[in-house]
Amino acid sequence: MSTETKVAVSFTVNGIPQRLEVPARRLLSDALRHDLRLTGTHVGCEHGVCGACTVLADGRPIRSCLVFAVTLEGADITTVEGCCRADGGMGPVQQAFQDCHALQCGFCTPGFVTTITAYLGGNPRPTQEEAREAISGNLCRCTGYQNIVAAVQRAAELRGGDSP
Amino acid sequence: MFGAPIRRTEDPRLVTGNGRFLDDLGHDAYEAAFVRSPHAHARVVDIDVTEALEVEGLVAVYTYEDLEADTSSRVAEPLPLLIPHPTLTHGRTSYALARDEVNHVGEAVVMVVAENRYLAEDAASRVLVTYAPLPAVVGVEAARRAEHLVHEDVPGNVAAVMVQETGDADAAVDAAPHRLELELAIERSASTPLEGKGVLAEWDPDDRSLLVHTSTQTSTSVRQAVAAKLGLPVDRVEVVTPDVGGGFGVKIVHPWPEEVLVPWAAVRLGHRVKWTEDRREHFVSSAHERGQLHHVRVGYDDEGRLLGLSVRFWHDNGAYTPYGLIVPIITSTQLLGPYKPAVYRVEFHSLYTNTVMVTPYRGAGRPQGCFVMERTMDAVAEDLGLDRTVVRERNFIRPEEMPYDQGLVFQDGRALVYDSGDYPASLEKLKKLVGWDDFEAFREQARAEGRQVGIGLACYVEGTGVGPYEGGHVRVETDGSVVVSTGLTTQGQGHQTMLAQIVADELGVPFERIRVTTGDTRRFKYAVGTFASRTAVMSGSAVALTARKVRDKALRVAAEALEASSDDLEIVDGVVRVKGTPGGSSSIDLGAVAVLSNPLRYAFDEAAQRATQFAPAGDPTKPPVEPGESPGLEGSDFYSPVRSTFANGMHAVVVETDQETAEIKILRYCVVHDCGTIINPLIVEGQIHGGVAQGVGGALYERMAYAPDGQLMNASFMDFLMPYASEVPTIEVDHLETPSPLNPLGVKGAGEAGVIPGSAAVASAVEDAEGFPIRSMPISPSELFHLRLRHREGESR
Repeated sequence: MSTETKVAVSFTVNGIPQRLEVPARRLLSDALRHDLRLTGTHVGCEHGVCGACTVLADGRPIRSCLVFAVTLEGADITTVEGCCRADGGMGPVQQAFQDCHALQCGFCTPGFVTTITAYLGGNPRPTQEEAREAISGNLCRCTGYQNIVAAVQRAAELRGGDSP
Repeated sequence: MFGAPIRRTEDPRLVTGNGRFLDDLGHDAYEAAFVRSPHAHARVVDIDVTEALEVEGLVAVYTYEDLEADTSSRVAEPLPLLIPHPTLTHGRTSYALARDEVNHVGEAVVMVVAENRYLAEDAASRVLVTYAPLPAVVGVEAARRAEHLVHEDVPGNVAAVMVQETGDADAAVDAAPHRLELELAIERSASTPLEGKGVLAEWDPDDRSLLVHTSTQTSTSVRQAVAAKLGLPVDRVEVVTPDVGGGFGVKIVHPWPEEVLVPWAAVRLGHRVKWTEDRREHFVSSAHERGQLHHVRVGYDDEGRLLGLSVRFWHDNGAYTPYGLIVPIITSTQLLGPYKPAVYRVEFHSLYTNTVMVTPYRGAGRPQGCFVMERTMDAVAEDLGLDRTVVRERNFIRPEEMPYDQGLVFQDGRALVYDSGDYPASLEKLKKLVGWDDFEAFREQARAEGRQVGIGLACYVEGTGVGPYEGGHVRVETDGSVVVSTGLTTQGQGHQTMLAQIVADELGVPFERIRVTTGDTRRFKYAVGTFASRTAVMSGSAVALTARKVRDKALRVAAEALEASSDDLEIVDGVVRVKGTPGGSSSIDLGAVAVLSNPLRYAFDEAAQRATQFAPAGDPTKPPVEPGESPGLEGSDFYSPVRSTFANGMHAVVVETDQETAEIKILRYCVVHDCGTIINPLIVEGQIHGGVAQGVGGALYERMAYAPDGQLMNASFMDFLMPYASEVPTIEVDHLETPSPLNPLGVKGAGEAGVIPGSAAVASAVEDAEGFPIRSMPISPSELFHLRLRHREGESR
């Protein structure tokens, strides 16, 4: 049995307070996925380039594969699971992805959903060009991005164009 | 439902984070990490695991010696050569763990199992392997020179030499009024799915059975391979494919070393074991594709008609050949595209190098073939001063010549016979879509603004839906819902939705009441896999045939219950009724038919009472299950075509090349696509978009940059330039539908098409913009810049 020293950390995930004891080197992505079993956050490259692991920390997108869980003390974290409606149904960005066929294998999708959720908070009515720019930090190997661009604008429509 | 742009039923799960990918499973499993070779070519002299043993949480360390010591299994033997061919005289495959030699950076040497991945990697980093480096063979040129050998017992590094010809092509070229020779090269890229590979294995020691989850494109064949390797009865092994985060070809290869070793370790340790590939591992230990060098000789008449075409090419197959010669065979045959040269000869050498092995990546050898043929077409047009579309048009196979026999043997071992297609009509559509005839005006306008633009096009034909077969199973449950399964797997193509659309129509049930399972050997044991754009053709047809069988049975059972002739009945919205009598008393819903189809002794619920032995249903003078019938409203059927069906398409690209920086910008990307009858246009367009993005990546950004010593210099997403949204243009798509006569749905494959003509079309456009030949892809701004300099100095070929 491993006797790695563990460190306590407390943060909120999707509105629920969590307290974990994890090794200092445990990545936030692993803590979310394997300790809290929130497996919607995916790991595509482990070096912060693909964006599949993007979650929101205090509303800001971060790459959860690049940060240690223990550094998130006190943070308010939102994962793709937290982008659903209160009743568990698809939230506006998620609904837009289905409407526009903006996903195929779905592996990169959670990172896009969180990224776009944060983006629309500050830019509720993006043009097509802005929508493309907004997603240009995330990799997708399936869709060619065109339908994701459409989904950004569709999500804006579904949200009614309001700031949060 | 057939032909409707139905939103996918897969999506609600996937967009809310409720997908079930490999690493989402087995949280309590032991985890594996691998010590991989840092050398491209070396002898393994010694492995010292002493320091690794001190890592707390370590469970086991395995080397080749451990595999060899297990005489009850065949894990120490080389991995299988999956697709043998008579010309593959020197096929070689790796061991699951290197025995005494490594042949590429990334080859697995030691397997470490620990309580979690962190600890496994700690231990792996403490394993000391002593290597005696050998000279590395890197790149086609080095392989051809053969100053050093990859495998000692493979002379000249030649795995195979293959020739196909329809006559004396070189004599035809020599006799032609015009002749050209071209050297063409295309570099390596790779599938690069966002999710790497991964395996989870669970051994039940009481039941002596093994359950394997793996991120594969073929669960049925992994099952056979794992059983064979581990020496288990096939009956004791099941393989389940969970959600797969993209495949694009790389996951059709099997069994990967890890697919053998993880189950093997799970059996030995009596504990669940998991391995999740990381990104660097995927770059250096999975598979690549594309790298080829071609020499073309072509002879043609004054009109540009090809009188003879002779192609020799050298295919870099990397260190091993588990997938046989499929990629170069496809290149050599599909190179012909929609054209009919009077005589054709192709000869290829498949060569070993000390690099990651080469197996199909979306397009599977076709992008290279298309690049070569289309560059040739452009060169002929340039030589004769003809419009590029005119030369193509003159060489097209005409619709009235279908079916057209190219006189070659295709990748499925069957004759290369095109079943249908209307290439002139496709070209007309493309010219209209991109505005081909108006382009000169645009060029002039751009020039006046100080901008340099070009237009290019490329055409392809793609053999899809290769055999040998796929099957389907359809069952109507007693609640009227329908469960469907097929053995092949899904990696994002929307099979669940597409197959449900087919069953909804064939069976007459609401779409929402259909559930589809793919890639689970517990549900369906006979299948081939998902590759070669074959699911809609193969499983689509199989599921349609199955649904028809089940429909026939439903009508037979309902006819008896309704005291009607089955010929007078129809199934609408899940209800069997007399034709044209909605809401009539003579009707029975499919759930009730399912109840009646299964004669019961025991009533487990209210509906079931109707089928019990004292209920009025059934003729008491006959056996409850009549000869030739079976209980339950279910059926199974298979589809096995005599040969592939051939889809086609054409792409046109408009580029702007910056006169100072040589940056290449795609202004427009137009696609005309013909995949026969379309089941779901939303899904088909999505497949085209994704393919085009990979084509653009392959044309402008992606390459595997190997150093001469065999180190992969760009094994990360920082350095391997996969396109982001900022690099992929808006894609304009138009469809033509020429149905296939070969299958019951008239469909052709659509999965790979989008990627095939990318490099060819972009090269054509850049050449048009620059005014000098483009002979090698991908092309970066820096390469274009230097080409310009060489051209200005008069050195350009």
